[in-house]
Amino acid sequence: MLENPLVEGLERLPVHPTSLVIFGATGDLSHRKILPAIYNLAHEGALPERFNLVGTARSAMSDEQFREMVARAIREFSRRPPDPQVLERLLEASSYVPGAVDEDALYDALQGVLTEFEEEAGRRLNRCFYMATAPRFFAVIVRQLGNHGLEHHEDAEVRVVIEKPFGTSLAEAEQLNRELLSVFEERQVFRIDHYLGKETVQNLLAFRFANGMFEPWWNRNFIDNVQITAAEDVGVGSRAEYYDKVGALRDLIQNHMLQLLCHVAMEPPVDFSADEVRNEKVKVLRGIPTPTPEDVPKIAVRAQYGPGTVGGEAVPGYVEEPGVRPDSTIETFTALRLEIDSWRWAGVPFYLRTGKRLPRKVTEIAVMLKPVPHLGFSQEGSIGVRPNVLVLTIQPNEGVSMSLAAKIPGTRMRIRPVNMEFLYGTSFLSQSPEAYERLILDVMRGDATLFTRNDEVEEQWRVCDPIVHTWEQMPGPLPQYPAGSQGPPEANQLMTPEESWRRI
Amino acid sequence: MTPATGFRHVVWTAQGTTPAEIEAALRRLLVEGQTQVAGYAPARALNMVCIVDKDAAKEVSARLQGAGRYLASRTIICSVERGRDRIDAMAEISSDTPSGPGEFALVRELVTLEVGDQHLPRLEPIVDPLVMTDLPTVLWSPSNIDEGIRALMPLSQVVLMDSVDDSDLAGGLRRARDLLESAYVVDLAWLRSTPWRERVAATFDPPNLRPDLHAITSVTVRHHPESAVAGLLLIGWLGSRLGWKLKKLDTQNGELAGSARAGRRDVQLLLEHAPQEVRGLAGLTLETATGRRLSLDRGPGGLHAHYVNDRGDEREWTVLGASRGEGGILGEGIRQALLRDPTYAPAASSANQLV
Repeated sequence: MLENPLVEGLERLPVHPTSLVIFGATGDLSHRKILPAIYNLAHEGALPERFNLVGTARSAMSDEQFREMVARAIREFSRRPPDPQVLERLLEASSYVPGAVDEDALYDALQGVLTEFEEEAGRRLNRCFYMATAPRFFAVIVRQLGNHGLEHHEDAEVRVVIEKPFGTSLAEAEQLNRELLSVFEERQVFRIDHYLGKETVQNLLAFRFANGMFEPWWNRNFIDNVQITAAEDVGVGSRAEYYDKVGALRDLIQNHMLQLLCHVAMEPPVDFSADEVRNEKVKVLRGIPTPTPEDVPKIAVRAQYGPGTVGGEAVPGYVEEPGVRPDSTIETFTALRLEIDSWRWAGVPFYLRTGKRLPRKVTEIAVMLKPVPHLGFSQEGSIGVRPNVLVLTIQPNEGVSMSLAAKIPGTRMRIRPVNMEFLYGTSFLSQSPEAYERLILDVMRGDATLFTRNDEVEEQWRVCDPIVHTWEQMPGPLPQYPAGSQGPPEANQLMTPEESWRRI
Repeated sequence: MTPATGFRHVVWTAQGTTPAEIEAALRRLLVEGQTQVAGYAPARALNMVCIVDKDAAKEVSARLQGAGRYLASRTIICSVERGRDRIDAMAEISSDTPSGPGEFALVRELVTLEVGDQHLPRLEPIVDPLVMTDLPTVLWSPSNIDEGIRALMPLSQVVLMDSVDDSDLAGGLRRARDLLESAYVVDLAWLRSTPWRERVAATFDPPNLRPDLHAITSVTVRHHPESAVAGLLLIGWLGSRLGWKLKKLDTQNGELAGSARAGRRDVQLLLEHAPQEVRGLAGLTLETATGRRLSLDRGPGGLHAHYVNDRGDEREWTVLGASRGEGGILGEGIRQALLRDPTYAPAASSANQLV
């Protein structure tokens, strides 16, 4: 194929003209994330030169009403105030097709609209089908797309985007993968884990693989344990109905936190192509032994928040929250102790912890180093030498902090820990795009590096599924922790006496 | 990690000072700032040195403020006053306080030096102690103070310029060519053409249209009357990427016209004035021997595209995108100091052949 010599040096490579269909276009995800992301791509001139947006949902609505809804969502949730002219042009390229996802008429109508766009453009357009619906509709939509021949388009690409959760168990994930791959090829499927679209998470790879200073000690010989925390200070809020079915393990650990673990533990990929990166992540997941029912109490702790105080305000316990079943045994806190069977990581525990109503919102990875083998001076009269800790903060303030031992000024050799902190935001010159902007653009480009592959998602479930099943067999009530506290004391039992959780 | 609350603003000023005193003051200010927020260490990525006439110093400061978040970590403004024999200085360190989760805390260090024209030949030893070692330094002289630029080139890896600033059409391009011999050049005129280059590249990106790049028969560029250089750079880019042999264009009624040789074919070239307020390009039309014609013109909400295919079918649409404004262009120029675009130097070299 003849090269295009004009793309050399361009930061933004051409994206093939595309029609994007959003299933569930009237929903919360669409309003808060997808539509604002599309607007910001338009604002920056990053959308393909020919771009059409089609929203679909059950609600009866005209194109005009849909455009008003899109404009409202963008005005409310875009990271920048919309430019009226760009917004107007984007709305002109937007249309709405009402219908139920199981009805043939919807897909006939979509086919018609998509064909019209191509007639107007005078060329074939790529097609992206974005499933922003409730998960129970994913398989139905996939089947219907296949039944109506929308899974393939001669001389153009068809891609399908699946939001999380990708199943609620290994069996469901496998079944959904079977459904998907009976209609689409894997290269057409983009499973979103929006954490991967965050600049901060991508920076983990840059941090590890573009800096030679870490690799020599990034292994079992120097690292004592790794603690990954995703803490929230809020309760379940408006997500109660969903959350009370899934809980903390399935909501955060099965996807986001295992992704973070993979980024910490993976070997350097040969290159940063989709398959090379994902191959390395899958290797990490395969190295985690499948928990047996007997293992579960030793490696996993769950709990629910009770009433307490957060930010000086009294808040109710989980089961008193609106929309939560009073006898719910769904966990709002999960802590895991995982190990990875590999030369690099054998014997190094990876502690994962997530919970709601903890003291503050923070997502971080703490790499706890082993203590120095010998101290040549006394620690008398000081708090003493502590092992170094490298903390990679993902949010809210992306950065790196390293605790070091330093001498306390004075005539005696007394040591105290000091922190060397680095905030990425202070050094970089531009505002980071939202995760969804990057991910939607990658879908249109066909770059799956930041999306979860079928084997990856199944490996994630292989690790989490036995824990879910074992917990389902265990009656409540769950251990409680006061809202605003560090979590349940039971989480400490996962650790050795020498280890302790970092304070949140 | 302790959340950064950020120190606000610490300032030091002195009259009749020396580089050593200013450097010591910067270190003291940093300690002072860090004392306010213990454990806070700024990370730095880029030095920027601006040399401006004293009369233009305020305007340049305003332009830098207009660049918003896109600022160098440490900026040193040398404000040059004719006849001044004393160096006065003001050093400031400031930080935005993060306002919520995910917000960045920008730490900015700004040194303003008031120097005389007699200091220009020895500006390097004055500025050198003030730039952060090991960081790239970008040099910007919107007033084109050549003596100062020459003096500071040894400590600069990148020069920021705007080739449309020169009143002489060929002057800006010659300046770019000369600077390219010793530094990486970020040309704001080039950055204004980025959306245009992206769109031309995208139009011919489908594999079936790529052969048409070698069948282009005419290029017409419409531009702000003072931005002919931007048009020349765009044609220079096409010429350098597509292997055209370029030669000097003729002036006709103040506009430029001529041709290039593309293999055995001629490519007609025309630069037309367009009435628009903003600097830079106003439109572009490409025609091919296969009968295709693409026009892009500034329009509301983006670039208005008009395309005629080889069967004569016409299509019109808008390529979405907001104008970045001059502040955005300058900010992008500062950001580009950390990147490398291998196509600018060949494009500038080709554009030089057109004048």
